[in-house]
Amino acid sequence: MKRRQIIQLIAAKDLRIERHSRVVANQILPFAGVTMVMFGFALDSSDVLERVAPGLVWLATLFSLLVLVQRTFAIETDDGALDALRVAGVDPVAIFWGKALALAVQLAVLEVVLLGAALVLYGAEMHVGGVLLLVTTLVAATCGLAAVGTLYGGLAAGFKGRETLLPLLVFPVVAPVLIGATRAVESALGTAGAAVSEGWPWVGLLAVFAVAFGVGGSLAFGPLVDE
Amino acid sequence: MTMIDQDPLPPRASTSGTTATRATRLLGLATIMSMAWLVAFGLGFSPADRDQEEAVRILYVHVPTIWIAYLAFVVTALGSAIYLFGRNHSLGFDRLAGASAEIGVAFVAATLVVGSLWGRLTWGVFWRWDARLTTTALLFVSYIGYVAVRRLGGSHHQRARRSAVIGLLAVLEIPLVHWSVRLWRSLHQEATVLDPGGDIDMDGLMLFSLFVGVVSFTLLYVWLLMHRTRSMAMEDLLDEQGLDVALEARRAEASGR
Repeated sequence: MKRRQIIQLIAAKDLRIERHSRVVANQILPFAGVTMVMFGFALDSSDVLERVAPGLVWLATLFSLLVLVQRTFAIETDDGALDALRVAGVDPVAIFWGKALALAVQLAVLEVVLLGAALVLYGAEMHVGGVLLLVTTLVAATCGLAAVGTLYGGLAAGFKGRETLLPLLVFPVVAPVLIGATRAVESALGTAGAAVSEGWPWVGLLAVFAVAFGVGGSLAFGPLVDE
Repeated sequence: MTMIDQDPLPPRASTSGTTATRATRLLGLATIMSMAWLVAFGLGFSPADRDQEEAVRILYVHVPTIWIAYLAFVVTALGSAIYLFGRNHSLGFDRLAGASAEIGVAFVAATLVVGSLWGRLTWGVFWRWDARLTTTALLFVSYIGYVAVRRLGGSHHQRARRSAVIGLLAVLEIPLVHWSVRLWRSLHQEATVLDPGGDIDMDGLMLFSLFVGVVSFTLLYVWLLMHRTRSMAMEDLLDEQGLDVALEARRAEASGR
């Protein structure tokens, strides 16, 4: 079977499990939503909320990413499915890309919902001129986060204490995404008078990040799960 | 039969119950002497700075510790690469990488603590959100993560492979973090000694004190590294022997003595 087909199969399998279990829809999305409400309680000022809305969207995304990654590897390790895949001789690079693809789809849905919540709850505003920047930023950031999440999720999968270790490993790594995606979305929404053109260099950073961890993940995932 | 038998252990470490050898004792002595020198030059002979006044003396610890921490993390990456890509997957290089990272974490912690004290005296605040401070803090947390990964459990080769991958991913991560934070902002004092322009603009005695600091902390690093690598080898040996002893006991039990 071609690598592309395996990737599609694995991604489709993950999404099918989600369609039946609805863990993301019923637990992780509501968690992300309540996080946005909690930010509102903590900051308690509509001016401040509008100013920091892009940053809060990405913070909520990162918190939810950790839960998503744990979920995406829990379905592999619960029944030893990851070991079974490896024993069956499935290419680890294809496993990496398949899992990352499914994770990216779920992350993208999550980000759109969070962005919508920011528009409703925090009074952030969309502009037609910023739509292209906004969509590109979402795509680039999602690819980077999915690659990092899959890579480190695979590392911690199947070991005691992974729930506590994952945030420590992932947060320093995704700091560039938080910085870059926040600045880019600020430009796209025109927060505090930021111009759309200021956002594009940050998309460049996000793209480099996604490529670096896409390649790094492809190389490193095999040795990590091949134990 | 044990995996660790393939690796040359320090001869004394495995038998005598101590990690010291003649070489490390001499090195330790040299470290103590150079530290005494550093105290004498840093606190005594070197002059106070025109702008920073007495606070400048903190830099004789601040600057060497971060340089040696960088060196330690480079050693970690090299050890990881040699373990992962080398033909015999020697656990010795894994232990070298791990020991070096632990010492590096301690040195970065020292840099951050004395740096924030210096900042309080010079800038009036402990912390500033500038590029180098923020990058250093993230570097610190990243290697705490690396050390935590080493403690996940599993066999020695599992540990070695996992941590080697993390040690090498840091090579990818750190430039990206540095670049992004630098884009984000930069206020930090430009590098004085490692200025690309090449002119070293510093008082001679101050520069010499800094040199003493670098020598002292390098000696301390090498000394700690030798001891820590050996104590890790002993821990690994203990693990393996503990397993062998347990296996023997089970066998004896099964054969009904």
